[in-house]
Formats: sequence, structure tokens, C-alpha cells
Amino acid sequence: MSAAGWTVRATGPRALVQDLGRPGLAHLGVGRSGAADRRAHRLGQRLLRNDETAASIEVTFGGFEAEVGADVLVAVTGAPAVVTVDGAPVGYAAPVRVPAGSVLAVGVPERGLRTYVSVRGGFAVDPVLGSRATDLLSGVGPPPLAEGDVLPIGAAPTDFPYLDVAPVPAPPDDVVLRVAPGPRLDWLADPGELWTEWTVSGRSDRVGLRLEGRTLRRVAERERDELPSEGVVRGSIQVPPGGEPVLFLADHPVTGGYPVAGVVLDADTDLAAQARPGQRVRLVRA
Amino acid sequence: MRVHRLGDVGILAEPGDLDRVLALDALVRARREAGDPGLVDVVDVVPAARTLMLSADAGADLSALAASVRALAAGPEPGAASDPERSGPGHDAGEPVRIEVRYDGDDLEDVARLAGLEPAQVVAAHTGTTWRAAFGGFAPGFFYLMPHEHGDPPGDGPTLPSLPRRDEPRTKVPAGAVGLAGEFSAVYPRASPGGWQLIGRTDAVMWDVDRDPPALLAPGALVRFVEVTS
Repeated sequence: MSAAGWTVRATGPRALVQDLGRPGLAHLGVGRSGAADRRAHRLGQRLLRNDETAASIEVTFGGFEAEVGADVLVAVTGAPAVVTVDGAPVGYAAPVRVPAGSVLAVGVPERGLRTYVSVRGGFAVDPVLGSRATDLLSGVGPPPLAEGDVLPIGAAPTDFPYLDVAPVPAPPDDVVLRVAPGPRLDWLADPGELWTEWTVSGRSDRVGLRLEGRTLRRVAERERDELPSEGVVRGSIQVPPGGEPVLFLADHPVTGGYPVAGVVLDADTDLAAQARPGQRVRLVRA
Repeated sequence: MRVHRLGDVGILAEPGDLDRVLALDALVRARREAGDPGLVDVVDVVPAARTLMLSADAGADLSALAASVRALAAGPEPGAASDPERSGPGHDAGEPVRIEVRYDGDDLEDVARLAGLEPAQVVAAHTGTTWRAAFGGFAPGFFYLMPHEHGDPPGDGPTLPSLPRRDEPRTKVPAGAVGLAGEFSAVYPRASPGGWQLIGRTDAVMWDVDRDPPALLAPGALVRFVEVTS
């Protein structure tokens, strides 16, 4: 299998193996994790007729390069970036034939943050607890990719790809997220302040999108209260005492000790995962 | 019982106190295993100090799910001897898991002083208590352990008061460290930062992804600590 494997030459800021994660283990302290932008990951698998549980590589802000071990079909989805094979640009959101021995390189995306590289058969690193996802918070799953890593490729599925190209909208300039009221919205002095425009902080990561621009104050009688930790979901917006909200993404903790004021609708968490530091994010009522 | 919605993927039930949370958690798990049609959409069930969270895939009927959970919570009073549902796996935890501990933790003296006990009495109180894994959340395999029964026979021997966390959290607590904080005890499954008062250390492996199940404990499991000297 290693002859057909990919050898990582460069990772950029961060490159991780991801799939759809590990559902059902949260009570043991292991969150679901998985692709930050599940929609982009799923599209990659669909273009190649992989099972949607196959693993892709989540490339954060470009810079990923790998030598391809054997002729294979590849699809690039998520944040649109210039992707080259031996220096020649190839198509986006389309199955692309990549010959053995060539080098595939993912450039910095023009929009969005996370580009997904999928391969027919999937990246077949050893699963951990039923998934190949790298969970940066719990430390479960394969480690972040490093130069020199060899990634085995799984057996190609029997179905043959039938899509030439998938029409996908580019990530928008203005990210609009639908947010439902959360269980502890009444801890905020002015609950309506949540539904406004925020700026994505540079301290954001796969655990959560940190939002800046104003601070949300608590009602006076809750100012010194401590909330006993409680379960949170991907999309929960937690408000720490400092008042700047954290929107939980794929590697969120299973419980949180700060009040959850709102919850982003599930489909919109994929958009949130593509928001770049400095970008505006508008929260609207679900 | 209040039941909040978590967007379109979950509900957060407030059964009240921890006992009710754990009873409802055990009931939900048992009913899921039995194939209860009202719970088929459930992905994760997360007990915590006051709440029980159930997550589902987007598109699930959360109103129906909330109704199912309310019905379970409104069933036989948790703790009633005649309640047949109490035989759920999380609740009737069977024999306690025995965890061997060397009581040589750096905070043992401080804990003794705070508790108004001798260090040996702290050890006696810790080993003389049957603990119950209440809920996890801090790291894989980490569980908050609550005193379940004191003494052997019950009620005998010293007990531990609620203890503050350390003023300065440690940047690194080793794997296997046994700590106290508030009314809880816990074992650190892996090296991590931590603010608990450390009273000892165990070689027990709390978390191993290559083991099935990976966690030594689960919500509802009973634990007895046993002193060893080598």
C-alpha cells in the first residue's frame, strides 16, 4: 500500500486528516471532532464516489504539498485555492486525475480558510475509536501532519465518479449565521446584543471561533455566579466573564462552564469554520 | 422539568440535582439500548452537575425527543426500590472498580490541614469512601467522582470536607495523579494542567484508546481507592 501512498512535503500552517468524527463518546470526554467544514468534506467524497466516511486532508490557509505515489483521482473542495499538479493549475470541486510521482500543491485560498483535499479511496491512516479525525482538543486521533509523513490510500470504491464538476458558491465576503436563543441567554444584561456584527479574532481555532468587537455584560445578579459545567454542541456560543463570545467548532469541549447565550444552526457552523481572522460575522435570529 | 433547545441539534434537560441527572442518564441509556423509538435520533448523551444534554443530527424532531425525555423523567421516582428501570447499566454499577493509590501527593499535608485531620486520616477517609463517577468532560477518561457511601460499615470513619482548588493551578499534573477539589475526587488520565489538590498517584490506566472500552470508568460507575505503599 505504501507504494501508492502520499508523502507529505509541506503542511502550511496546519494540515490534518479529518472525516466525520466520533459520535457517541462525549460522555467519556471525547467530542465528535471531524471536518470543520463538513459540507466541503462531504462534497469531496461525493465527487469521487467515496463513502462519505472516508478521510480527507483539511488544509488550513494553504501551503500543503505532497508527492503522489500512484495514479489517482483527487478532488479539492472548501476554501477555493489555486491547486497545482507539478506546477500546472487543476480544477476546483471536480475529480482531477493526478499521475504517480507528481507533486500536488495547495495555495493560499482567496476566500475562506480551510481547503479539503480528497482522494479516491480516502486517506487510510489507522482509525482511532472508529474515526481518522484529528481532535486537537482531546488529543485523540492521528497527530497533525508533518513533513515526511506517508499517508496510505484506501481501496477505490466500486462506483465510478459521474460528476465532472460540482457547482459550489464561493465562501461569502459577509458571513451570516443563523443563531437560535441558547439555554442561558437570560444571563445577559441585554440579550439582543448577541444578534449583531462581530469580528473574528486571530485567536480562533478548531475549538472555537472567538468573536470580538464588543463585550456582552451579564445581568447584575449573575455577575459573580458560576455556572456548573453543562453539555454543549458544535455551534454553541459561550460567553466567558470577559464578555467576548466563543462560537464552538469541531473540536469543542464536551461541556462548558460559561453560559451558552445562543446556538448557531448546524448547517451554518460549516460557514463559520471558513471565517477568517479579521472577517466580519453577522449573527441573525434563526 | 425545564428542557432547553440547543439550536437544531440538541436539548438540555434540567432534572434538578445530580442524583436526578444520573438517574435520567441511566434511564435514557437503558432505553436507547432497548431500541426506544423516541430516542433513535440521539447521538450523544452528556450528564453534568445539573443537566443532561442529548444531541441529535440536524433534522431530528427535537420536540418529540424532548417529550420522550420528559416522559422518562416523569416516570417512577428515581431511587424508588420498585423502579425496574434502575437496573440500567449506568446506575446499578455492580462491584466498585478498585484503584490502587500511593498516598504521597504534594498536597496531602495541605489537605490534612484544611480538613483538620492527620494525613493518615485523609487517606482513611479517601479509601473508606465508595465513590461514584458522576460525569466527565475535562479530558478523555476524566470523571468527577462523588462520595457515594462513607465508611465500612457506612457512616464509620472520617469524612472529607469540601476543599478549595489550589490558588495557583499547576502547569503540569502527571498522569495518574489523584486529586480532590470541592466535594469531588478524580484521577488525571494524562499529564495536563490542573488546580486540584493532589494526594496520591495511581498506575491504573484511566484511558487507553486501544482498550475496549477505552475509559476505565463511565458515568454511574462505583470506585474504591486502595492504599498501596510500593
